[in-house]
Amino acid sequence: MLRRPSDLQLDRDPSGRFLPFAVTLMVFLAMLATAAALALSQSALGFQHGLEGRLTVQIADEPGSSLAPRSGRAAELLRQTPGIARAEEMPREAVAALLQPWLGRDGLTRELPLPALIDIELTPGMAVDLDALQAHLADAVPGARIDDPRPWLDRLSRIAVLLEGLALAIVAAIGLATVAMVVFATRAGLAAHRDVIEVLHLIGARDAYIARQFQAHALRLALRGALAGTALAALALFAIGRAAAQLDAALLPPVEFGPLSWATLVALPLVASLLATVTARLTVLGALRRMT
Amino acid sequence: MVRFQNVGMRYGLGPEVLRDVSFELEPGSFHFLTGPSGAGKSSLLKLLFLAHRPSRGLIGLFGHDLATIRRDKLPELRRRIGVVFQEFRLIEHLSALDNVALPLRIAGVPEQQVKDHCAELLTWVGLADRMQARPATLSGGEKQRVAIARAVINRPSLLLADEPTGNVDPEMGQRLLHLFVELNKIGTTIVIATHDAHLLQTFRKPVMTLANGELVVRRPRGE
Repeated sequence: MLRRPSDLQLDRDPSGRFLPFAVTLMVFLAMLATAAALALSQSALGFQHGLEGRLTVQIADEPGSSLAPRSGRAAELLRQTPGIARAEEMPREAVAALLQPWLGRDGLTRELPLPALIDIELTPGMAVDLDALQAHLADAVPGARIDDPRPWLDRLSRIAVLLEGLALAIVAAIGLATVAMVVFATRAGLAAHRDVIEVLHLIGARDAYIARQFQAHALRLALRGALAGTALAALALFAIGRAAAQLDAALLPPVEFGPLSWATLVALPLVASLLATVTARLTVLGALRRMT
Repeated sequence: MVRFQNVGMRYGLGPEVLRDVSFELEPGSFHFLTGPSGAGKSSLLKLLFLAHRPSRGLIGLFGHDLATIRRDKLPELRRRIGVVFQEFRLIEHLSALDNVALPLRIAGVPEQQVKDHCAELLTWVGLADRMQARPATLSGGEKQRVAIARAVINRPSLLLADEPTGNVDPEMGQRLLHLFVELNKIGTTIVIATHDAHLLQTFRKPVMTLANGELVVRRPRGE
């Protein structure tokens, strides 16, 4: 195969030397922001799926009144309510386990007056009037209260959407910064090679012929930076994953990225490289139109 | 092929360096362009090789009016023009062969053909053993021959040369001029800007003389 030298010696251009480092940083930050947004979105979804169609009834421990009969009465009443598929009293050990992340594993929970909890599963497709149920339950069983997770889930969902939007804005800002850097480097390259570009024009080169050399150069530099950025981000995500696994798992649902999430993350360095290529091309074409 | 009508040219807001220049070049003609330094020879060539636009007047080139031609059509016209720049304007990081190859590569000629044609032409101009040399290592005369080879490699319809024999010994100067004459015989229109009175006498061709930005065309007696 015959090797063809480049007409423009862009590899030796000082203006482009910083570009791979800048792209490394940009891709690294964009991947972390995207991974955070994806993890957050998945956590919110995990909570939502876990709690969908579920309610909890809480019966407070009251001095002078035994908890177990009240809890049993409440469970019985709930089972007879249309729209409730299942109502099950949670054992005291399970209630204590729920408090473990906050109170620790020592014997503190044994001494505390813990409430009784009834886990309820609603019949899919059937509406339950929670206000009426609450009033009925409170009359029948003193101290019984329905914990409806839906308002909390709505708030969580709103916060998740907000944070996802923020992550997207960060990625967009990073994209804009990358575009600005490529424009700067390309313009500096155009200025440095102005004489050669003029000669190429005068012997019949089209703008696209010259732009191809700049875009290929930008692609090479950006790919180099994007690969390094991806490697760094992979290391950082691995380290964060390891650290998160060592925290008490009950605080957060586990995050497992699906194929779409992985595809989004892998697409980022490719998109960054493509962005650099297209930016270089458009910058050169725009500048050449003004040049002659 | 080339038609100038009352063409004027100035750089920026400066004075006119060319005034009311009118002439016509027939296809296959051979003209010398001469005149004292600063008379506007290089400016006239710049108009001819489309490096500059006139500030007034009309220029017709290969049947196109340059005042109305679209910018994206200029490369096609430029590919039909070979230029030997006075300061050579070779690309420093490319070898002699790659410099000569540029017009062919820009036109998309297959690489093997590019190498063969360029090697043949460089051999003809006496640079067979300097094909891989960079311009910085070439003498003035060698650079000039590379510049000429680059200008003629794709057999242009119009060849413009600014002092093409200025840096070579008289013998090589004559040889290069004969190359231009040969190209002219196969139909290339030639314009050579020169100060060399000896060349004008040896090759009895029409002479365009520029003085104070104005042009006069003289034909040799007996032509």
